[in-house]
Amino acid sequence: MLGEFLQYLFSGLTSGAIYALVGLGFALIYNASHVINFAQGEFVMLGGMGTVFIAAAGVPLPLAGLLAVLMATVVGFALEKLAVEQTRNASVVTLIIITIGASIFVRGGAQVAFDKQFHTLPSFSGDTPINILGATVTPQSLWVLGITVVIVLLLQYFFTRTLLGKAILATSHNPMAARLVGINVNAILLMSFGLSAALGAVAGILITPITSTNYEVGIMLGLKGFCAAILGGLGSGFGAIAGGVILGVAEALGAGYISSEYKDVIAFVIILAALFFMPSGLFGKRGTDRV
Amino acid sequence: MTLLNVENLSKEFGGVHAISDLTFTINPGTIHSIIGPNGAGKTTLFNLITGVYTPSTGRVLFKDQPVTGLRPNELAARGMSRTFQNLQIFMNMTALENVLVGRHLHLNTGILPSLFRWPSIGRGDRAAAALAKDLMAFVGLEKYIGWDADAMPYGALKRLEIARALAAEPKLLLLDEPAAGLNATESREIDEVIKKVAAQGVTVVLVEHDMKMVMEISDHILVLDYGRKLTEGTPAEVRQNPDVIAAYLGQVG
Amino acid sequence: MRSVLSSRWAGLLLLAVVIALLPLALKNNFQFDIAVRIGFNAIVVIGLNLLIGYAGQISLGHAGFLGLAAYFSAITVTRYGWPPLVSLLAAAALVGLLAFIIARPVLRLKGHYLAMATLGLGIIISIVLNQEAGLTGGPDGMAVDAFTIGSFKLVKAREWYWLVGALLWLAVWLSLNLIDSPVGRALRAVHGSEVAAEVVGVDTTRYKVMVFVISAVFASVVGSLQAHYVAFISPQQAGFFQSVEWVIMVVLGGMASTYGAVIGAAILTALPQVLTALEDYEHMIFGLIMMLVMILLPKGIVPSLGALLRRVSSKAEGGK
Repeated sequence: MLGEFLQYLFSGLTSGAIYALVGLGFALIYNASHVINFAQGEFVMLGGMGTVFIAAAGVPLPLAGLLAVLMATVVGFALEKLAVEQTRNASVVTLIIITIGASIFVRGGAQVAFDKQFHTLPSFSGDTPINILGATVTPQSLWVLGITVVIVLLLQYFFTRTLLGKAILATSHNPMAARLVGINVNAILLMSFGLSAALGAVAGILITPITSTNYEVGIMLGLKGFCAAILGGLGSGFGAIAGGVILGVAEALGAGYISSEYKDVIAFVIILAALFFMPSGLFGKRGTDRV
Repeated sequence: MTLLNVENLSKEFGGVHAISDLTFTINPGTIHSIIGPNGAGKTTLFNLITGVYTPSTGRVLFKDQPVTGLRPNELAARGMSRTFQNLQIFMNMTALENVLVGRHLHLNTGILPSLFRWPSIGRGDRAAAALAKDLMAFVGLEKYIGWDADAMPYGALKRLEIARALAAEPKLLLLDEPAAGLNATESREIDEVIKKVAAQGVTVVLVEHDMKMVMEISDHILVLDYGRKLTEGTPAEVRQNPDVIAAYLGQVG
Repeated sequence: MRSVLSSRWAGLLLLAVVIALLPLALKNNFQFDIAVRIGFNAIVVIGLNLLIGYAGQISLGHAGFLGLAAYFSAITVTRYGWPPLVSLLAAAALVGLLAFIIARPVLRLKGHYLAMATLGLGIIISIVLNQEAGLTGGPDGMAVDAFTIGSFKLVKAREWYWLVGALLWLAVWLSLNLIDSPVGRALRAVHGSEVAAEVVGVDTTRYKVMVFVISAVFASVVGSLQAHYVAFISPQQAGFFQSVEWVIMVVLGGMASTYGAVIGAAILTALPQVLTALEDYEHMIFGLIMMLVMILLPKGIVPSLGALLRRVSSKAEGGK
């Protein structure tokens, strides 16, 4: 009983960590620009597929991963510079469509540059499962959890202790005031897109040994990450992490105890229930409209 | 008979009392002003009366009926309408259409008649458009009749809000700083409009900073300070009240 | 008023003429097929434009409504032998009812949260259609019988063209009627300022729910017809991308423009057919075009062209 439960819990925490990383990407970009970046899932795809193909070209795996993250970051920069920055004062719907267009573009490009097959990567440190209280955990799951925790801690440090991190926070609170005190708001936006892209790519590399990857893998992962960000309350980094973990665990438990076919439905049912009862998410700001 | 009774009304936002235990009445046929320093709770009071906010405690009676907790549209149907301190114009519509929305309660709003454009819809719209044009002329906007709202200057939009509110044929009209941001001439013109509205039998409640205007046109004044009633009375009484003088000292130039 | 009235009828007349004469230019079955698909998409997008363009509420889940109706028609007609028209009407009633029930909690949400909720609803519907293979055929889809009215059977694209053309004209007429009515102004007022609409008596919830139901019913009718026309349905038609594509059609053609909705549907339905010649690059170019149009013409094609025409003509008059 306990073993079974722990099994589901670990598997949920693993996918939850991935959702959290993708959700963090949404939150970062939303904070800096109030854009929901529907291309976020493509960064995840680029991370995984990029590593696979760069490694296939003979580059050692760790370096291939690094190059793939860099590649995704460059795509993130390009998205901000060439598309988002060109549309100041555009409506929410317009921005949503631009990022959807970008995601179709990137996916189409991946289909040409890579291929349409499924690929996988070797686990980072072997496949010998570890037994914890009757549940078997793969080393790769531990890698996912460990690296996610490290990234969250690094981000925490970055945003609270470094000047650049504080500048990003200031910009998200009040772009006008940030501009007045001499913060280069465009550079901040660029940073946010690059950082989000890198986060997504790392998530994509981490998950590939477990679930494998192909050019379309970003669609569902992107949507789940969006769920995580919304569940936690848009723009709240802590919320995105909590949202991702809650979604991942709920999904795994639901798949285990209720129906594995409806695994993907669970995330969306949770998000709907949450929105109906808490229209601004778990940790979102709520307020009365000023008129 | 009183038109509006506010009884022991309070509203807090996260522990801050924006309005505390406020009681007053408004008689029909008067111009009634609510004044007070910034942050005194005037706009909050408007939002409470018109159903935009729900009071924490206390109640509001309109035409002797309890109306606390009713939606703004339900209050509008009972004869209450208002304008906003921060303009709330339908910028995606023409000026005339803005006023036509004000006629909403008096038109056929059935879904099937609208989809299939029954003759009654056309007839109703033509009559409403004629009335809306009259109202625009009444508030001095005849030259803007064919304009898109988003092309109009600020001062004209302030009047457009009044015309839209009047189109609903309210018994009680609440104006939230109708003269804010206007120059002296425009301000005087708004003055005239308000007097004309009152002369037609509409009870007007006014939040305004322009003391000259308030003293000149009000029949009755309520002074708020930190969400409480400081005093109320005729302009002459209020002007001589030492508390008012103290509250305003150095605030009104 | 008179000029509004006449410009309305001029547009409707022009549309009727285009629909009537277009077959002269269509050479083969393939082109008729594209025209029929444009018609189907345009009807859905006209409904969606009422919701998005006029009332300012987004939906990323309308393909779910289309999917439900398509499967309802497919199953009742093909398995149980219902008359297709009866199935279509029953589907529209059921989808309308479903939309009515979910509209209240969903439309309390705004902006990105509303986008998320509608997206979630659409995805839930498409996953259910995928999983309930016993009923729906699952991911493989299912074949659908032809559309019959009495003894008359619609099969060829040429035959469908006239039905879809008539329905498209009807949809445009209904949409124009609605917009230029007290209900339509209330919808646009909801977009402009909800609180201002409420204080003059507009029950904003009622109108949001109403327009959500209307747009769902438009999608439902198209869903039923399209299932018969294609003679096959799969859960993909109810998927997230279908919903997104319609929203793009609304925005591309121009928000709050009924003819814009038609133009947007026409371009985005025809474009992939043209792009298939580019094979692997199809998706890249499609995405690129989407981004470029939104960057260069953020208001959409029809309103941007309209503004341009107005500028040119006012210059010609020597300016005001």
